[in-house]
Amino acid sequence: MTHELITQLAVVIPLIGALFMWVSHNQPNLREAVTIVTAGLLFVSVASLLPAVLTGARPSAVLAEPLPNLPLALEVEPLGMLFAVVASFLWIVTSVYSIGYMRGNHERHQTRYYIYFAIALSSTMGVAFAGNMLTLFVFYEILTLSTYPLVTHHGTDEAMRAGRTYLGLLLFTSIGLQLLAILWTWQVAGTLDFAAGGILNGKASNTMMGVLLILYVLGIGKAAIMPLHRWLPAAMVAPTPVSALLHAVAVVKAGVFTVAKVLVYVFGLDLLRALNASALVVYLAGFTIIAASIIALKQDNLKRLLAYSTISQLSYIVMAAAVLAPLSVVGAALHIAAHAFGKITLFFAAGSIYTATHKTEISQLDGIGRSMPWTMGAFTIGALSMVGVPPAAGFISKWYMLLGALEVENVFAVGVIVVSTLLNAAYFLPIVYTGFFRTSKKEPSHSRTLVREAPLPIVMALTISALLTVLFFCFPDVPLTLAYQLIGDSP
Amino acid sequence: MSSHLPALQVVIPLIASPTCVLLRDHRVVWGFAVLVNWCALVIAALMLDQVLASGPISYAIGSWAAPWGIEYRVDVLNAFLLLIVAGIGAIVLPYARTSVIREIPADRISLFYAAYLLCLTGLLGIIATGDAFNLFVFLEISSLSSYILISLGKDRRALTAAFQYLIMGTVGASFILIGVGLLYMMTGTLNMVDLASRVPQIADTRTVRAAFAFLTVGAGIKLALFPLHLWLPNAYAYAPSVVTAFLAATATKVAVYVLLRFFFTIFGASFIFQTLPFGEILMSLSVTGVLVASTVAIFQEDVKRLFAYSSVAQISYMVLGISFASITGLTGGIIHLFNHAVMKGGLFLAIGCIFLRLGSTQISDLKGLGRQMPWTMAAIVLGGLSLIGIPLTVGFISKWYLILAAIERGWWPVAGVVLAGSLLAAIYIWRVLEVAYFKPWPTHKGSIAEAPLSMLIPTWILIGLTLYFGIDTSLTLGVADRAAEFLLGGQS
Repeated sequence: MTHELITQLAVVIPLIGALFMWVSHNQPNLREAVTIVTAGLLFVSVASLLPAVLTGARPSAVLAEPLPNLPLALEVEPLGMLFAVVASFLWIVTSVYSIGYMRGNHERHQTRYYIYFAIALSSTMGVAFAGNMLTLFVFYEILTLSTYPLVTHHGTDEAMRAGRTYLGLLLFTSIGLQLLAILWTWQVAGTLDFAAGGILNGKASNTMMGVLLILYVLGIGKAAIMPLHRWLPAAMVAPTPVSALLHAVAVVKAGVFTVAKVLVYVFGLDLLRALNASALVVYLAGFTIIAASIIALKQDNLKRLLAYSTISQLSYIVMAAAVLAPLSVVGAALHIAAHAFGKITLFFAAGSIYTATHKTEISQLDGIGRSMPWTMGAFTIGALSMVGVPPAAGFISKWYMLLGALEVENVFAVGVIVVSTLLNAAYFLPIVYTGFFRTSKKEPSHSRTLVREAPLPIVMALTISALLTVLFFCFPDVPLTLAYQLIGDSP
Repeated sequence: MSSHLPALQVVIPLIASPTCVLLRDHRVVWGFAVLVNWCALVIAALMLDQVLASGPISYAIGSWAAPWGIEYRVDVLNAFLLLIVAGIGAIVLPYARTSVIREIPADRISLFYAAYLLCLTGLLGIIATGDAFNLFVFLEISSLSSYILISLGKDRRALTAAFQYLIMGTVGASFILIGVGLLYMMTGTLNMVDLASRVPQIADTRTVRAAFAFLTVGAGIKLALFPLHLWLPNAYAYAPSVVTAFLAATATKVAVYVLLRFFFTIFGASFIFQTLPFGEILMSLSVTGVLVASTVAIFQEDVKRLFAYSSVAQISYMVLGISFASITGLTGGIIHLFNHAVMKGGLFLAIGCIFLRLGSTQISDLKGLGRQMPWTMAAIVLGGLSLIGIPLTVGFISKWYLILAAIERGWWPVAGVVLAGSLLAAIYIWRVLEVAYFKPWPTHKGSIAEAPLSMLIPTWILIGLTLYFGIDTSLTLGVADRAAEFLLGGQS
């Protein structure tokens, strides 16, 4: 099997899986088996490209050519490889989790859920492997549309209103700002291909480049930079597996991934150093990090808190990339993976608690760690990763981000990282404390035994993701190699 | 045989039309009309093939040579349009069998098909002809038959809508006639190629400028250019579903063609865009049209009226493309002729399916339709995404060219307006989709069936084309690009 074929298969496999899921809609066990097999196949094919990419190969393929000289082209490069491997592996874990969650909560329209999930993963692969900005935009839009039925899954009025915020913000930014930026780039540069060192060198004045940069950064709404972040808390109305994989891994990472690609491959780090607007991006992202953390401090709803934590963590990636130090760019790339493992664990835990106890507010979680030790244990590891403490993944990426910021003496960035670490601890650690060490005042002690752990698939999934979070800390070589390739270096 | 193609394109439907009156059985007359329309499609395809290979086709009616005789002249632009009109008709007519039985009284069905074929004749004739007065004749034929078609709608307001269209349409056609007459007075010829060589020399006279004004306003009424669009919402809303789908996809496109032909072939781009400040005038009108029509669409209660106002906005995009007077802009405008025909045709066919089962097109009656008629609603979702301009649909291709043309000219606010139009479209499409998918189906209504295959298949053919030509644009973009270069570059 040639690499070119496998690259195309990465986008196609989930779609074929969706077809089989549709066909087997009357047999839930078969349908679930199809999901797991599809996810497994996807991961295997994506992983098979890894050895080649690590040695420097860049497999590519062309899907179609809708506009003259502008093909829908795929090209696998290190950052995309990292994103695709993480997303496809976590799809397997999330599918296992979904089985437990959807059945445990007696959710309706499950076939529709699995089908749109598969389509969303297909477009995620398309974003990861996009070879030019047009292809990335196409898959970015399909991702928005295919996740809409997942966000509004419950079909209630609340879901409909949340769906409006979700779609409205994401389409407004992508059509209103990003598409304009893409067309402007096309007109100025004559190409939309991703190239090391960027495609905009010397093509227009620095002020115009600055405006273009801001158009891109604000136009990539999925990166949830303030003030365009409201869609993410709104999306928490979705079933928790959706929040876990899509809004901690696929959709949001597609956003920051796009920002990183634009910064590194469309503008190029050297050009960005000459623009004042790069500093503006650092300030915007820094503001988002702090503001989102402060809002998270005040949340009682667990999923909303995690949503604001995600907004904050995403801006770490944007800020680290915009600082333009090689090591911080490495940190940003690593954080795409590290945060994914940590956040998905946290969301899994939230869903687990909801499935077992129907509790959604943090104030209700007194002592839950004693009846659900696996869940709260996993939650703790995820929380440590968010704060950036060993032995969790978040420590590695934060370390590089900090090193990079110190290297270029960006005092603002260093300050933001330090302050936000403290804020993260301030809103995560109390939850861990509440879960393990506080006794519930409302329930008498003998009723503790009535609360048991969530169904087995859920527990399996969150244990695996928590394990991955720790493993990433212990064995970071492959992600590190890929991240260093991004800056044209090796660890 | 093949040398007579241009004449046959018009003559076959013309003779078939009165024949329909003789055929009483509605299945036979339907089959006959479908056959005729498919013949017309084959002829159009053959001509496009020939034009792409060997240049414009010139045909003298009755072997009387131009410029005294009437000449039919088919170049890249009108071959493309012939394909669009004949193609839409060929897909819409098979759909008509079930739809027409539901919406038109049985004793009028033969008359319906006769009027339809006359309308087709008229539209094809406008496109194929190379004589300015002949164009007016066919314009009248197509207009009068379309008034009849619209008036056949079940709702009594169809009559007043047809009458309103008749008055405004006659004013428009008369203006075109006056314009042609003024040109004839100044040049002594009615042949378009001949006019093209004579008009530029006398262009800066008051008579010719008056002729230009009359022609523009006349064509503007027929193509529903803002603010001359007032006849369109009612006409589309109250006409039978088949008629709305066919007219929405063809009649306004043909009027845009008339504008293109007069502007670029006869008057010439330099007169219009440099001597007169017409690019700016057209741009202002179309920009206003996009914003106003899209906004009004958001507040409609009837889904047919909603899409009618959407059509006014989409037509404004076509005119916007023309106003740029650049290859990119003109390509965008011409390709939107095709893209919109396919999108809107599919959407109105889907609405016809809804009307068949529900008997109503009020948005409030669409509650829960997503589960009752999944295929029909899925067609509306995809058509709607194309209207918004989501990538991989034809709508995206048109928007790409229009915005690119605006950026090339440095008209940044215009680029913003095109994008705003997409976002406004997202709002009105989402209104319909939210009602269909999020509101529960009223249980007192009982279950309804999906539309019959004879109606679903043509709908999905058009929606499928919406996706296909959004991915493989070699045919449509290739032709549009050539047509734009041809129009702007001069004769070939």
